[in-house]
Amino acid sequence: MKVTQADVKHVARLARLGLSEAEIETFQKQLSDILSYFDKLQELDTEGVPPTAHPTPLKNVFREDVARPAMPREKVLANAPEEQDGYFRVPRILEEE
Amino acid sequence: MGLTEMAVHELRTLLQQRQISARELVEAVYERIDAVEEDIKAYITLCRDEALAAAKEADARLARGEAGSSLLGIPVAVKDNICTAGVTTTCASRILHNFVPPYDATVVERLKKAGAPITGKTNMDEFAMGSSTENSGFHVTHNPWDLSRVPGGSSGGSAAAVAAGEVPVALGSDTGGSIRQPAAFCGVVGMKPTYGLVSRYGLIAFASSLDQIGPLARNVRDCALMLQAIAGHDPQDSTSVPVDVPNYEGALTGDIQGMVVGLPREYFAEGLDPEIKDAVLQAVKVLEGQGARVEEISLPHTEYALATYYLIAPAEASSNLARYDGVRYGYRSEKAPDTVTMFMATRDEGFGAEVKRRIMLGTYALSAGYYDAYYLKAQKVRTLIKQDFERAFERCDVLISPTTPSVAFKIGEKVADPMAMYLSDIYTITVNLAGIPGLSLPCGYNSEGLPIGLQIMGKAFNEVSVLQVAYTYEQSADLCRRWPKMEVKAGG
Repeated sequence: MKVTQADVKHVARLARLGLSEAEIETFQKQLSDILSYFDKLQELDTEGVPPTAHPTPLKNVFREDVARPAMPREKVLANAPEEQDGYFRVPRILEEE
Repeated sequence: MGLTEMAVHELRTLLQQRQISARELVEAVYERIDAVEEDIKAYITLCRDEALAAAKEADARLARGEAGSSLLGIPVAVKDNICTAGVTTTCASRILHNFVPPYDATVVERLKKAGAPITGKTNMDEFAMGSSTENSGFHVTHNPWDLSRVPGGSSGGSAAAVAAGEVPVALGSDTGGSIRQPAAFCGVVGMKPTYGLVSRYGLIAFASSLDQIGPLARNVRDCALMLQAIAGHDPQDSTSVPVDVPNYEGALTGDIQGMVVGLPREYFAEGLDPEIKDAVLQAVKVLEGQGARVEEISLPHTEYALATYYLIAPAEASSNLARYDGVRYGYRSEKAPDTVTMFMATRDEGFGAEVKRRIMLGTYALSAGYYDAYYLKAQKVRTLIKQDFERAFERCDVLISPTTPSVAFKIGEKVADPMAMYLSDIYTITVNLAGIPGLSLPCGYNSEGLPIGLQIMGKAFNEVSVLQVAYTYEQSADLCRRWPKMEVKAGG
């Protein structure tokens, strides 16, 4: 599977990873190699085979809809890189180009 | 034999009989750590004060005659992707270098309730992604058997600490072999329980449908004791299965008469080091001698497992690691004129190369246009792999294979080639894909004196048979139980 530099840049943006030019080049080669190996899976006929999302038979695990105490705010904010008035403070949010 | 060489079940007796105190034991462990840690570098964080406080409490409980848990007063080490309240938990990543969890993982809560002092947090591959612990964002851990070699990964720190006597027992996590492979490389026992047996609450997620926490110990009984302490349903983990937890130690009778051991032929094919193959087949003979019946079987979809795993795990990881954005915890880049730039710079600066590679791979596999061909396809192949095992367990009680295709490799040997590194997981990943239990224990040493691991796989929730077979082998094998020869600083 040939991965182009444009593909790499696109995927990096989706994953919010700021890659350097050198990284883009390295990943292009490595991802192409790895994905070529995955083409192996196309050999298998999986018509009618249900996908396994996780190995247990559990479905729809619910709890009673009863309110419980939440984590205290100070604990939630304790690791915040920047905090103000009980909120997480972040830089301004711009429109996507 | 020094305290740091003794088994948990031996220490348990000494503690219960008040022949030693929990405080003495913790101090002995730290003396050992002081002596060898400069060479091994198994730990990221040591918790001396907390451990001594816990030991004091354990001594009070022992003085009151509490017999309770087998782990009362037993020092344990915890892999650094498991949350410990008030103690830095980093996943060996710069992006979490200063993260102090506000809560304990369920397994940590259970260890604390049992009275086990936590000695520290062990080194690992960053976010559990790797097979050598070389991907740690902080330092490399060295294999106690040969300091120029890797301890395996991603639970390399836990495996090395146990092997070097820096703790009697430890917790690791296993997503594709990350407990079993380092256990094999370090000559210790390591077990990945059935998916859903042990709570993942507080385990910082890598791949949610594959991750499990499990024990590393120097013998099978200790492994069983550790599993007992942490297994069981947890309402805080919705993938935790409500099963009854049997008495694992009680199951260690040494009687495997009539048990059927399957040998999957695909795990003994080319690419396997002949010394490892011999050691494993010798071990199987020992089990036959104890009354087991051996059958060759086939797991036909084995050759597709690596591709399946390396599509599913990174895809799940790309989703799980999206939360590391510099907003609520962890590292935040200084390059932050706006939030998108902040996200991109934070993640670029905070993540190591392997983590980035897997996020990229996973994002690609899930992206529009590729989802069906890659992720969905892999999930279907996962079903076929799971069915291979179900068919095998209709005829067999356990399956046996080598744990790894080679012994511990040299530090730096595989870092340049990601695929070569991925291939070290070839015998272990199927177990995670199928969700079944798997254990590795030492079955010999190669011509260079490096440990060889034997893997025992069982049916879902049949840890009892796996432990039973492991224990029987361990007790009957004519193996010289060695300790790694390490030059120790004066006073160790």
